[in-house]
Amino acid sequence: MNEMFRDKIDISLTVNGEPVEGRVPAGQHLVDFLRGALGLTGAHASCEHGVCGACTIKVNGEAVRGCLMLAAQADGADIWTVEGLSDQGTIKDLQDAFVARNALQCGFCTPGMLVAIDELLGKEGVPSRAEIREHLSGNYCRCTGYEAIVDAVETVARARAQKGAA
Amino acid sequence: MKFEEPTSDNLFDRAMVIGKATPRIDGPLKVSGQAPYAYERHDVVEDQLVGYPLGATIGRGRITAMDTEAARNAPGVAAVVTTLDIDPLEISSFNNARLFGGNEVRHYHQAIAVVVAETLEQARHAAEMIDVTYEEEEGNFDLEKAWQNGLGTDEADAETGNVDEAFASAEVTLDETYRTPDQSHAMMEPHSSIADWSDGENMTVWTSSQMIAWARKSLAETFDIDEDRIRVESPFVGGGFGAKLFLRSDAVLAALGSRAAQRPVKLTLPRPFIFNNATHRSATIQRIRLAAGQDGRLTAIEHEAAAHEFEGGGNEENPTNLTKLFYAGANRRVKHHDVVLDLPESSSMRAPGEASGLMAFEIAMDEMAEKLGMDPVEFRILNDTQVDPMNPDVPFSDRNFVDCLKVGAERFGWSDRNRKPGDTRDGLWMVGHGMAGAYRGAPTLTSGARVRLERGHLTVETDMTDIGTGSYTILAQTGAEMLGLPLEQVTVKLGDSRFPASSGSGGQFGAASSTAGVYAACVALREEIARRLETDDVRFEDGNVIAGNKAIPLEEISADAEITAEDTMEFGDFQDDLEIGTFAAHFVEVGVHAATAEVRVRRMLAVCDAGRILNPVTARSQVIGGMTMALGAALSEQLAVDKPRGYFVNHDLAGYEVAVHADVPDQEVIFLDTLDPAISPLKAKGVGELGICGVAAAIANATYNATGIRVRDYPITLDKMLDRLPETF
Ligand code: FES
Ligand code: FES
Repeated sequence: MNEMFRDKIDISLTVNGEPVEGRVPAGQHLVDFLRGALGLTGAHASCEHGVCGACTIKVNGEAVRGCLMLAAQADGADIWTVEGLSDQGTIKDLQDAFVARNALQCGFCTPGMLVAIDELLGKEGVPSRAEIREHLSGNYCRCTGYEAIVDAVETVARARAQKGAA
Repeated sequence: MKFEEPTSDNLFDRAMVIGKATPRIDGPLKVSGQAPYAYERHDVVEDQLVGYPLGATIGRGRITAMDTEAARNAPGVAAVVTTLDIDPLEISSFNNARLFGGNEVRHYHQAIAVVVAETLEQARHAAEMIDVTYEEEEGNFDLEKAWQNGLGTDEADAETGNVDEAFASAEVTLDETYRTPDQSHAMMEPHSSIADWSDGENMTVWTSSQMIAWARKSLAETFDIDEDRIRVESPFVGGGFGAKLFLRSDAVLAALGSRAAQRPVKLTLPRPFIFNNATHRSATIQRIRLAAGQDGRLTAIEHEAAAHEFEGGGNEENPTNLTKLFYAGANRRVKHHDVVLDLPESSSMRAPGEASGLMAFEIAMDEMAEKLGMDPVEFRILNDTQVDPMNPDVPFSDRNFVDCLKVGAERFGWSDRNRKPGDTRDGLWMVGHGMAGAYRGAPTLTSGARVRLERGHLTVETDMTDIGTGSYTILAQTGAEMLGLPLEQVTVKLGDSRFPASSGSGGQFGAASSTAGVYAACVALREEIARRLETDDVRFEDGNVIAGNKAIPLEEISADAEITAEDTMEFGDFQDDLEIGTFAAHFVEVGVHAATAEVRVRRMLAVCDAGRILNPVTARSQVIGGMTMALGAALSEQLAVDKPRGYFVNHDLAGYEVAVHADVPDQEVIFLDTLDPAISPLKAKGVGELGICGVAAAIANATYNATGIRVRDYPITLDKMLDRLPETF
């Protein structure tokens, strides 16, 4: 076996606000560390090579593909998954809108989708439907056909803007 | 309970819960990352090891040697099982390609080893160390060649009237050939399983399956063990579309790994492995001939098609099936050739047969309308039928296709469409409009359920699955309706082989069948309650059972001990004497770039006739999802075959292009307010597969309308139009 793969690397990071220490194989993808070592259930792997977005998580404030980043690279990082964002309550309106609009069917794409949307909604202004579609085009959904996802995002963006203005 | 005659007026006609827009009850679990999909069921069993598969890298031949020494000695490895280590496993009655065992390689990426280790990384790395020596054999991978050889041979599958004479004497005829490519389900959740067969005796498999009872039976047959020793669980499924109807190698490899390592093993098929290891929709080649009088009435229809299948069968993609039924016409001949190829096993994918059949047939209808100088909507209305045209004694139970066409034309603004190909421009975009009809059968399968009432709370248990379709929600609605309970007082438990066997999810039979099964169980429960109250006149309203003039809270009735009932709905033979189907009309606007031939869909409308809509929220989502999958089929989805080597080349989600957010325009769905008393007590038919039917042809027809370029070979990519674009743009 290649020496590189035998190596274990010590990392310390925070995941969903909790400090975490780990000794990870150099070849371990971050998403596998989260669902394997930490036992999380939100981030999934689907394409395993960066095109589908199912593994999207928040790393240091940015939406990142958990299948393209190694766990070893996450040393010192601040990571949030859908579980943490749920507990925090910051995406409650978005989650409610997803359920109300039926922006999910099987739900496998949903956690990654929500993290990608969270990033979009963190930006200034209310995105147009075209901008929503553009931003989320790296998050595949094979079930819903997207229409309801765009509806849900638009609803939340408008509601948040209104609340901000009020 | 047996459903022996069409339903008369019943409580669903005055429904409080059924038919109402109801957000899915499993939504909160799914949006918070807590829904347990197979690979992340960390808690179901302790000490899970991780398995990783190895696939053959030839299309056909045999394995002469496998060197596993390095892999076995690699760090963390607990077991290596190769295909040479065991006798060929039985091929279960639901499978055609063998899932494991023996030295014979019958398709590319056939599973040939599983490595089990403490971690995924260790297993993956050790799997790469296995050295395989093959003796490659020539295979047959070319559908086109088979088509050329097979065309016009063999007896027709079905024939009425005198087709040849009708063509000879027809005023207007069409004769064209269409092609649809191999397609992949590409559901987002890869095939995944955790198997515990540590003691080599009892097996538990936590998996991702559309059909629990079939999975269990397949496992029993594959491993030649008693079904009683097997438990299968699949409460959440990350999409299936037919891919998870039948047992696949993930469960088999996990089980073998578990037996070898004597610990539970979890295993997910790596995405690049799925396309060739698992199943796909077969490519088709279809020759369609139509004959009509100047009045626009079809006089003859001939449809000859070919698709490929694995030796032994399995292909469900028979595009000619619907041609027997969809339109009127006295003379008709259909013939389908199932060509045996050495490609991976083709199997069911969403609307098998109808999806590819309508991709071709509904272009042919468009071409014919043009030849006749008719509006394609009018042409279809004129050729509607209310009976099976090949067996006129068999009527459609409830067919409102003409209404779909009329309502759709009205709502879409069909009268304002672009009429002459190439006539409408929006800057650099050529704008076109197209439409198509859709038909998908509405089968039913026997389906059972158990219901338990405890302190006024109803629990529904059935091995039915929810593959995203909304089963949890519609079964809760059914239970709530039957017992007069609010939705919050109903819990639904699915996907467990310890529960009564249901129809499962597939073939658009799930919603109609499984709600009927829950209905049957609830009828039994109501009877049991009535028996206890010593009356047979009971109603269930607002959480009460009303007997005579007394209202007793269900909470009270079931306070001391739970009341349970179980039953199975069987569907009577009378359904065989009817054609029960679902219908739709699709309308599409596209823009085609005048310089690049890029096709952008601009808006889509579907009008559907599927009986009672149990839940407009989930049904609408099903149809829009189907339309989007069809958009991919029209414009980008294609598994490319390497013909000399025999495999699908673009075997990952980057190379197999499904529609993404930016590809999809505004979409709208209208459901006609129809009821079909012949389908079930709920008068509701499925919609999950209807949504994919006909849509691709509507896009193709709109593309023709925009450009004047007719592409008969899906997907409609730029290269197929580029050299035929207008000179100036
Ligand atoms: S699994 Fe990471 S992008 Fe698809
Ligand atoms: S809901 Fe199934 S993939 Fe998006």
